[in-house]
Amino acid sequence: MADEVEKAVRPQPNPAYLVVEYIGKRVTGVIEEVGGVASLGIDVARWSIRPPIRVDNLFAQLDFVGVGSIFIVMLTGVFSGMVFAHQSSRAFLLFNAESLVGPTVALTLTRELAPVFTALMVTMRAVSAMCTELGTMRVTEQVDALETMAVNPVQYLLVPRVIAGLVMVPLLSMLFNTAGMAGAYFVAVNLQGISAGTFLHRTQQWLDPEDITEGLIKAAVFGFAVTLIGCYKGYNASGGAKGVGQATTEAMVASALAIVMLDYVLGVALH
Amino acid sequence: MDGARPMIQAIDLHKSFGTNHVLRGVNLSVAEGSTCVILGASGSGKTVLMKHLIGLLKPDSGRVIVEGEDIVSMSPEQLAVVRRKFGMVFQGAALFDSMTVFENVSFPLREQTKMSEAEMRKAVGRKLEIVGLVGIEDKYPADLSGGMRKRVGLARAIILDPKIVLYDEPTTGLDPINTDYVDQMIIDAKRALGVTSVVISHDVASAFKVSDTIAFLTDGRIVEQLPPKLLRKSEHPAVKLFLSTWFGKND
Repeated sequence: MADEVEKAVRPQPNPAYLVVEYIGKRVTGVIEEVGGVASLGIDVARWSIRPPIRVDNLFAQLDFVGVGSIFIVMLTGVFSGMVFAHQSSRAFLLFNAESLVGPTVALTLTRELAPVFTALMVTMRAVSAMCTELGTMRVTEQVDALETMAVNPVQYLLVPRVIAGLVMVPLLSMLFNTAGMAGAYFVAVNLQGISAGTFLHRTQQWLDPEDITEGLIKAAVFGFAVTLIGCYKGYNASGGAKGVGQATTEAMVASALAIVMLDYVLGVALH
Repeated sequence: MDGARPMIQAIDLHKSFGTNHVLRGVNLSVAEGSTCVILGASGSGKTVLMKHLIGLLKPDSGRVIVEGEDIVSMSPEQLAVVRRKFGMVFQGAALFDSMTVFENVSFPLREQTKMSEAEMRKAVGRKLEIVGLVGIEDKYPADLSGGMRKRVGLARAIILDPKIVLYDEPTTGLDPINTDYVDQMIIDAKRALGVTSVVISHDVASAFKVSDTIAFLTDGRIVEQLPPKLLRKSEHPAVKLFLSTWFGKND
């Protein structure tokens, strides 16, 4: 009763204020998260150069992130190259420019598709697992247990994972390029009847080493960013199984957004 | 207390999480070689207090003194040194589930000593014997029951022969037989290894069985810290109410 009276008497806030408040909260929330990820990144960098170097942990992560993703990355690469060659040859054949299929696919793959798709695949396959594992370790007090045993959890758990992302995503991206070009060659030459010589010669003519480097730099940045985001979300998870699930969802969304946003920023910055 | 010097002291600890003022001036002193049970209802801040004692949480104000050293102002490196004096048994055991029992229990040895694999096997075997689990070295935590996991957690906590062992709700969720076993383990660990123990619990029976002193935590403060016999005569209303719920039924 008293509540109802108070509700009736209390002036209702202007809806416009509510909208502003909502937007404000979301914006400060995002800024807080970005700050959190950045400061964790500094922590990871700091702890990565301190002894002891945990070689076993690092190799386990390199294996998990890199070797474990080879198949899925190459499969994605082959089909991306194939569909891209298919679509572009159909378009280019309309005005007899089919010699441009090779270079078009090559440039798109090396500069954009390979780093972006590779990072997305690694995010889905490895970062999700990282986030869940770290989140579970956090909520079951395994992270606290490490700390009580005088082991720094950032160094023990996060450094190997982030290094694995930084190193392995560019390497996987190269595999993506290779598989993608093979797929494109097959479609263009064997299915669309473009001459092999034209395809290869034109690709070689148009594709510069800088295009590949640009893709690799992007891939390294994406690899670092997505593993760091996954680690941040998992490491700071709270609230049991539900909390871990939520952290993983947030990590996936944030990683995917980070990839496309950084892709634009780097695309502009590297030219 | 007993004239023995204090191993751990908390002095006027305050800690808030947002608007939730959890610790409101906690004072606690645990004598060397004794077992102190921090008793309190769920949500009274027992775990928060324990995490302050080992430096996992930093207080908003107040001091935590371990063997004469204030750990609140310590750097992570200094804290790492102090933590070697501690073993901690977590509520859910907090075993690393990607590792076998042997790897779990030997983890502190691997991190802090230069023991050979064979020496580690021996040391781990000895500690597992103390907690009554022989021959489970190659099992994974997921293969063990809750009671066994807690015992492995204790074996890991005492593997480096710490001076202080902290137990977070050691008997919660255990059946009466395992509860009894864990109680006995706490008593044995104290007798055999001479450790100072801090146990947090809401289990009145266990508290009276294992403790030298019981500190009663309510509303963010320790309102009584007395030997069990004297605590039963306490006139503090919160203590009386809490104990009456148990003794009322079981006496």
